[in-house]
Amino acid sequence: MAEKLMLEVVTPQKAVVSEEVQSVVAPGSEGEFGVLKNHTTFLTSLNAGALKYIDSKGATRYLFVNGGFAEVLPDKVTILAESAERRRDIDLDRAEKAKQRAEKRLADKSAKVDIIRAEAALRRAIYRINIKKSLK
Amino acid sequence: MATLKEVKLKIVSVKKTKQITSAMKMVATSRLRGAQNAMEAFKPYAGKFAEVLGSIAGKSGEDASPLLIPRDSVQKVVVILCTSDRGLCGGFNTNLITKAEKFIKSELEEKDVSLVCFGKKGRDWAKKYPHRIEDQHIGVVGGTIEFAVASSSGQKMINSFLDGAVDEVYLIYSEFVSMARQEATIKKILPIPSLEAVAGEKESAADAGFLPEHICEPSSDALLGEMLPKNIFIQIYDALLKTSTSEHAARMRAMENATKACEDMVDELQTIFNKTRQAGITADLMDIVGGAEALKG
Repeated sequence: MAEKLMLEVVTPQKAVVSEEVQSVVAPGSEGEFGVLKNHTTFLTSLNAGALKYIDSKGATRYLFVNGGFAEVLPDKVTILAESAERRRDIDLDRAEKAKQRAEKRLADKSAKVDIIRAEAALRRAIYRINIKKSLK
Repeated sequence: MATLKEVKLKIVSVKKTKQITSAMKMVATSRLRGAQNAMEAFKPYAGKFAEVLGSIAGKSGEDASPLLIPRDSVQKVVVILCTSDRGLCGGFNTNLITKAEKFIKSELEEKDVSLVCFGKKGRDWAKKYPHRIEDQHIGVVGGTIEFAVASSSGQKMINSFLDGAVDEVYLIYSEFVSMARQEATIKKILPIPSLEAVAGEKESAADAGFLPEHICEPSSDALLGEMLPKNIFIQIYDALLKTSTSEHAARMRAMENATKACEDMVDELQTIFNKTRQAGITADLMDIVGGAEALKG
């Protein structure tokens, strides 16, 4: 049996998190899922959203992950994301602006707008803002 | 024979050139460190991705994704050519461009070849040829490379492949073998050669042979369908990082050689300078001695 659970969040640029945790909640593409140690091995794609984990000292921490994949092993959770930001690294101004831009594009009914992309951008911005603001 | 003054000026100018080349060498050294760090930082992601991909690729059939299926007749080919923006890095760009030229001439004869250029040098070369330049990205190689550049360019390739606008995609980049060796390399990225190749190549990257049986969500085929395009982005990103590192390593070596050449040249010129000066003194002495002899006589 595994004694502890490790969380690793890696992006192409760097390893964002690599530490021992008590639990992880991740935004799976088929729904949010929680992981404690000794979880069965499991592989899933992720949606953009909030990744929540409780670190070894019991503090709850949040990250924004922009899609990707998660591999769950009994003693380790690995998140492969194209980008991931800790809450303190989220740029609120930028997210607000991105949100306004996306809303504007969605409001524009002309055929030129790529709805799927604009919606994805809006979703990302909203998740970023929510993580930064509400979860203090 | 050059006059004393000419030699002196020449020495000064060579010394100035040496200052420039040694400064460029130092800049290249520090940039190289940055590029190498970026390459190192990418390894955990690429390694883990490869491991996971390898483990699900084993479970899927060869027809799991349209990206795997080769075309019956290959007409339109895209070559992604990675070079640097700037010169003064020895044979670095020439090697890459020659490789591309030969490859297009021998393998892709009579096919409709178009190019996607990362780097100014490759684009400038491509402009002189009748190949269409599909897309160009300047200011990427050599600096900080965003993953988004690789993924947006990769996505375009995938879209045109799926639309049938493109039948094959090749990637030409510089493999960073060591500080002293960079090799121009060709890789086929679309259609994806085969799942076994993907998985096999990866197995060496995974540390242990232990690949657990995963529960997959959504199904393993759907996951694979999502991961294969990402794998292409990763290959492009990897190629850009390696080309960038190679560029700096090549420039560092070129500038080191240039600095050495300057030193040798200064030595040589100094010898000429001394000889010329000595010849002048000897001639003057001969004059005086000759004059004195004449007076005596």
